[in-house]
Amino acid sequence: MFSLTWMAWTWPTAAFFIVIALLITTMILLERKYPGGSPRRGVFGLDTTRGDRLFISLLSAAIIHLAWLGIIGTPLWGALIISLLFAAFVFKFV
Amino acid sequence: MINRTHNEKAWLLVLPVVILVAFNAVIPLMTVVNYSFQETFGNNQFFWEGVKWYEQVLNSERFHQALGRQIFFTATILIIEIPLGIAIALCMPKKGIGVSICLVLMALPLLIPWNVVGAMWNIFALPDIGLLGRMINGLGIDYNFTQQPIAAWLTVVLMDVWHWTSLVVLLCYAGLCAIPDAYYQAARIDGANRWQIFRFIQLPKLKRVLIIAVLLRFMDSFMIYTEPFVLTGGGPGNTTTFLSIDLAKIALGQFDLGPAAAMSLIYFIMILLFCWVFYTLMMRDESEQ
Repeated sequence: MFSLTWMAWTWPTAAFFIVIALLITTMILLERKYPGGSPRRGVFGLDTTRGDRLFISLLSAAIIHLAWLGIIGTPLWGALIISLLFAAFVFKFV
Repeated sequence: MINRTHNEKAWLLVLPVVILVAFNAVIPLMTVVNYSFQETFGNNQFFWEGVKWYEQVLNSERFHQALGRQIFFTATILIIEIPLGIAIALCMPKKGIGVSICLVLMALPLLIPWNVVGAMWNIFALPDIGLLGRMINGLGIDYNFTQQPIAAWLTVVLMDVWHWTSLVVLLCYAGLCAIPDAYYQAARIDGANRWQIFRFIQLPKLKRVLIIAVLLRFMDSFMIYTEPFVLTGGGPGNTTTFLSIDLAKIALGQFDLGPAAAMSLIYFIMILLFCWVFYTLMMRDESEQ
């Protein structure tokens, strides 16, 4: 029987990857509905598409969480709120 | 009006590469993420630890020191290899038999396996039997890379420059060969000197290959493991223990898979961030021009 024990899955990490997979699926569906990736030049002068904005949001979220953990420590709710706010800013203005 | 036909079956053509990437990148990455939140003592038994390993790595003096050494090493080799690579490419002949000879000579270091490069330089730089080591000591300079941190650093940097400058040279040479003669003719008509031709024609035209060269050299040097490990083993002491060597010590030497996984993800995010910022800035600069 094919076993995935060695991958050491847990519900929190599985949930994390499910969210990432759902975000990518949403991007695919949005691209089918509104083709072209809605390119624009945002406040930082960067030419971004919808996918770029998702990438920036995810990378920023990772860095915000690590910075929070390194400087303040647990719990990470503050980092999560900042990440969500920053993602909203990126999708609206960047 | 033209009606475009969409054939979604074409996506099946990318399926093999998707499967390949899934097996060699995505699944191992997912496993590392899983390990980074758990503790294990072997036998496939894992215990949830939350973000403890991340907190431990981020606040660890050992990690800060290895990161500092890594940044210093990467900055040093980029400062040396990029200008040196451009200079050598500019000196290489553009036609004749010399082209083939130069290209073969330049490609040689790149063809040597990394562990062999480390072993070669280890023997080459040994103070008692190595050609380089004996020569430097013969000049009256006390040199022993196995005991002196500065000598170890110089040897590691020299080895990397010898091994990888060729890559920058070959990329720049390809970029230089792609510049049409019309640009040089126009420059000659305008009376441009050698420096002006380099500054206003060759350098702007090399920008794209230089982006690739800097990105490749940054990523490779930031992840360097085999050559310094074979040459110095991270010593003397910890003076040439870079991030990847430290990571291997934690993961394989101490079998601390959780902290090692957390460290490797932090390491990955740093590389990703730098590459994205660098690429975005360079491309923005180019689109503005």
